[in-house]
Amino acid sequence: MATREDIKFLSNPKIGQLRSKYCRFRKYNIRYIDYKDEDFLMQFVNEQGKILPRRITGNSLKYQRKIATAVKRARHLAILPYVTDLLK
Amino acid sequence: MPQYEITFIVDPVLSGDEIKQTADNYVAKIKEEGAEIVHVEEMGLRQLAYPIKRRNSGVYYCVEFSAPNGVLIQTIELAMRRDERIMRFLTAALDKYGVQYNLDKREGKIKAYKFKKEAIAKEKAEAAKKDDKRRNDNKKKPSKPAPKPAAKVEAPAETKVETPVEAKAETPSVNEKTEE
Repeated sequence: MATREDIKFLSNPKIGQLRSKYCRFRKYNIRYIDYKDEDFLMQFVNEQGKILPRRITGNSLKYQRKIATAVKRARHLAILPYVTDLLK
Repeated sequence: MPQYEITFIVDPVLSGDEIKQTADNYVAKIKEEGAEIVHVEEMGLRQLAYPIKRRNSGVYYCVEFSAPNGVLIQTIELAMRRDERIMRFLTAALDKYGVQYNLDKREGKIKAYKFKKEAIAKEKAEAAKKDDKRRNDNKKKPSKPAPKPAAKVEAPAETKVETPVEAKAETPSVNEKTEE
């Protein structure tokens, strides 16, 4: 009998499956977001320096708000740019 | 007593002593107002993300202090606003997690910083050979080329810790199946 492992798919059936999103702050118990930590904030910003929405990062609302303030503070201190292209 | 944090950028055109003087001046001023200095962090010369007053770099300082109330902040910010040597400043009140974070950061407890330090140490060991060549080429910049490339290279490695592991796990499986 052909088992499922023997079946050859033309396309990878795993493609298109959504990985469940999670809030990394809740999962890893991060309580404070440092506005001076450029590399960390870079994860929540797109190539143009815009703050990524919650629907992409999966953050909970509480920490999304904290990220927003941290990014804005970093921008004021010229740690992150207000506008750019090719940030990453 | 609530804890506050003032980060400010000093004009890099000044000489090294003047930069230190301005920073010390403000630290002294904060003390005079009756606050308790917790920590003064010199973040050093950094590249600005955008030019401020036609300068592309600045010397960052971060002064952490605890004060009975926030009244002194107004006087200090006023002095900073009038001071031409200071390009930018930002005052932030720290919550208990912020205080804890800064404490842990100083003691090297934070993992990201541990990773960073390890990564920087590794990078330095690897880059040391390359830097030796560079140092021989131009002796004027002995220390500057060493930390900067290390910081840039190790940054993406640290940030991508969570996602790429899964992404990489998937991609080889795709290859295997297509190869069959």
